[in-house]
This record gives sequence, C-alpha cells and structure tokens, in this order.
Amino acid sequence: MENRLRLLRAERNWSQQDLAERLEVSRQSVNAIETGKYDPSLPLAFRIAELFEAPIEEIFVSPSRRSSKAI
Amino acid sequence: MRKSVAWKRYNQRLIWLSLAYAVLLIIAVYGFKHRLFGGPASYIAAVLPALPIIGMFAAMGRYLVEETDEYVRMLMVRQTLWASGFTLSLATIWGFLDNFDLVGHIDGYWVMVAWWFGLAIGGLANKYTVGDGGGC
Repeated sequence: MENRLRLLRAERNWSQQDLAERLEVSRQSVNAIETGKYDPSLPLAFRIAELFEAPIEEIFVSPSRRSSKAI
Repeated sequence: MRKSVAWKRYNQRLIWLSLAYAVLLIIAVYGFKHRLFGGPASYIAAVLPALPIIGMFAAMGRYLVEETDEYVRMLMVRQTLWASGFTLSLATIWGFLDNFDLVGHIDGYWVMVAWWFGLAIGGLANKYTVGDGGGC
C-alpha cells in the first residue's frame, strides 16, 4: 500500500530503526511497510497514526481512492 | 538483525528438544539391540524418539503464537506453508513411485527432514517474492 511513512520519518530525522523501536516491531517490518511490500494490520496502522499524530488516511493512501482517481 | 524474544525462546526449545531426541534415540536403539523391550513396552520405546520431533513442530506453533512482530510472523507462516506443501507433494509423488516399484522404500520419518528442508525453500520463496528471507 502506498504511504507517506518515509516522508514522515524523515521530517523527524528518525532512522528506520528509530521508528521500529517506537512501534516495537523489527526494522525489516518498517522497511516492508515503507516500500509497500506489506500492508500493516489495523492495530499496527493505528499505532503508526497515533505515533505521528495524524489520521490513518493521511499516512496510507486508500487503494480504492487511488484507483478511482486514476479513472 | 535483532532477534525477537519469541525467536530466542523458540531456539532454546529446539536445543532442549534436540537433546531429548538424542537421548531417547540412544535409549530406543540400545534397548532394541539388547532386546530389553517386549510386548506393549516395545511400541512405547519405538515411539519415544518421535515425541521430541513432534515437540519441535509444536515449538514452531508456539513461536507463531508468541511472535509479536506481525510482518516477521507472516514471513514464517509463509515458510511453514511452503514447507508443508513441499513435504506433502514430495511424499505423494514418492508414494506413487514406490507403489509402482520405481524407487526404493523410504522410512516415514524422513518426512520430518523434508519438512525442515521445505522451510529453507520457504525462506528462498520469501526472498524472491516478498524480497525478504525472514529471520531464519
């Protein structure tokens, strides 16, 4: 899933490891989510949103909304 | 890569189960060689080395329950699915080849070895599909 995780992380000068520690997941998990290889579960998506103090839809791009824009 | 607490626990369980397997196998082999078992006791003695192996499968299940990193857990679930698919396919193919006398008979417990080999195949599959071989 497309997302703004890398950008939000960069704004805070956090490495992937920093973010992983804050989320209590592995660095490879952060990397997989950032690169869109893995879609996080709803609880993890909420944890990410709460950490960045932003709504989920501001961090993750809805696949359906993305495809409707393309149409 | 940082190993999770669940992964460390899994490895500790594997070490203890491997030790138990070695001890029970030695007892079973020694006992049968010297005809120490008879009747129902021989069945129990023959099954004893299988118990730690079953424990290893249970340890994998326990690890999947205890792993808190959902992405790492997903990678391991994929690996175990690959391992199970590989082993069941191999056993089925070998069964038919054996049935038509095209290959030699293999003892059933080699299925366990095939499953562990299948885990490695699953790791490679993860590497080439998700781009991440996981922590194993």
